[in-house]
Amino acid sequence: MKAKAILLNLAVALVALIVLFPLLWMTSVSFMSTGEAATFPPPLLPKAFTLEHYRDLFVNQGMGRYVWNSFALATLATLLALAFTVPAGYAFAKLKFAGRDRLFQLLIAALVVPAQIGTLPLFLMLKSVGLVNTYAGALVPWLASIFGLFLVRQYALSIPDEMLEAARIDGATEGQIFRRVVLPTLQPIIVTLGLFVFLGSWNDFLWPLIILTDQSNYTLPVALAALSREHVQDIELMMAGAVVTVAPVLILFLALQRYYIRGMLAGSVKG
Amino acid sequence: MSAVSAIRRRERAAWTFVAPALLAVGLFFAVPVISALLLSLTDFDIYALADLNNLRFVGLQNYQNLLGNPLFWGAMKNTVWFAVLGVPLSIAASLAAAVILNARVVKWRPIWRVMFFAPYVTTLVATAVVWRYLLHTRYGVINWALQGVGLPPVDWLGNPETSIPAILMFVVWKIFGYNMLIFLAVLQTVPDDLYEAARIDGAGPWKQFRHVTLPAIAPTMLLVSIISVAGFFQLFAEPYVMTQGGPAQSTVTVLYFMYEEGFKWWNLGSASAVAFILFLCIFAVTLVQLWVSRRLGTEQ
Repeated sequence: MKAKAILLNLAVALVALIVLFPLLWMTSVSFMSTGEAATFPPPLLPKAFTLEHYRDLFVNQGMGRYVWNSFALATLATLLALAFTVPAGYAFAKLKFAGRDRLFQLLIAALVVPAQIGTLPLFLMLKSVGLVNTYAGALVPWLASIFGLFLVRQYALSIPDEMLEAARIDGATEGQIFRRVVLPTLQPIIVTLGLFVFLGSWNDFLWPLIILTDQSNYTLPVALAALSREHVQDIELMMAGAVVTVAPVLILFLALQRYYIRGMLAGSVKG
Repeated sequence: MSAVSAIRRRERAAWTFVAPALLAVGLFFAVPVISALLLSLTDFDIYALADLNNLRFVGLQNYQNLLGNPLFWGAMKNTVWFAVLGVPLSIAASLAAAVILNARVVKWRPIWRVMFFAPYVTTLVATAVVWRYLLHTRYGVINWALQGVGLPPVDWLGNPETSIPAILMFVVWKIFGYNMLIFLAVLQTVPDDLYEAARIDGAGPWKQFRHVTLPAIAPTMLLVSIISVAGFFQLFAEPYVMTQGGPAQSTVTVLYFMYEEGFKWWNLGSASAVAFILFLCIFAVTLVQLWVSRRLGTEQ
């Protein structure tokens, strides 16, 4: 019995090592000097710790600009997505209006359609109004998140009607009720959805690749993909770029993982 | 009468809450999707992009051309291979991880759980770049490990025979944590008594898995597999970063084909037709999923 427990714990630790290895290797190689990783057998730790590749990235490759683009777009996408979906999700859950249930069924049906289908016409639409190669163009898809609307609605269903009625009897307007009663109770799901959108925008590739045509507007993934075609041989430089791209989202996830996992299970197991 | 006006006021408030979201969904989702269907019936190309007068309605010709294009069929075939190999592999990895993490005797389970899930939230492009080097023929850690157990090095991303399995290794590493969490949530609803009873009946670990775990998790597993198919149909960044569709077109997926058709050759009409064929495939899979979940009588 004791032996089995030790064996299982060892198995878990081994799997964890394999799972984390690519991330640990990435970090370690990013501190190696140029050419060190291109030897056999592959070294696991740097002979001499150096930050030259990070310096190269920020000084010569314009990495600061890409970090800023990614950060600004992810923050704006998060704020906009919340502003559009939270009130709507609440209204679909708790307020009565003509055609609500039919509209909601329509939205459920639309969930089947992958957003990529509309990519080409959306590009043409934005091109015709001059939004190609702008932040606004990159942000547009985040406004129309049916999934976000669902997530908020599911959560808002649990708000007791008596609470809203009591506020109405006290003479509060619907806007006041939303701000003072609803928003505080929705706080956990707002954090979850905000986290989803931030990570989604930061990690997104296809849409920014299409819409952000000018290098100065590239987000980190787009810049990294371009850089990796130019600098195939520079393993250490590429790993430093990967660390800069992955570290912020990984840290954010670790800090808020409770919200992430709870929301993910609510969205996929029940939703 | 004030009750009526209160209701009307509430309805007006409701519309102000939903209007922005509905407008955005209509304008940036519904309109583009419907336009994609129309666009796929035209010969929209680089000339039409310059001057809309060059645009012509061509009926189903784009679809006809695609169905006669061996490159398109190659992309379809590759995508099906990705799904056929990737779905069972990723589900097996998720399930194995969930089962060992569910064992009572394992210490610090919440920490392991987060570790196993971490690859899922990392940036796809960045980790794809990392894996391209891990899979390197000469300096790659994976070939080094193979050599360690006496196997010859493999030209993972340079050989059309191994390029899909190589990319799949990366994809499984990246996504298995997601379904693992779903399986874990289901496994935690299985009462310990069942395992206890099985143990008293003399069932070993394999029999416990076979007769207690598997029946409990089977409905979820079926649904999760079908949902995963749709995900594997939409691979794009992985081949874009790791192989650029090569070698010998062996990793061109449908979405990759659409991207090149649309944004490299600017055949937007034809690319929209590709998008629609992809949609029909995903839609068919979704219908199967709905049918299965209805048969199982679960609300998923």
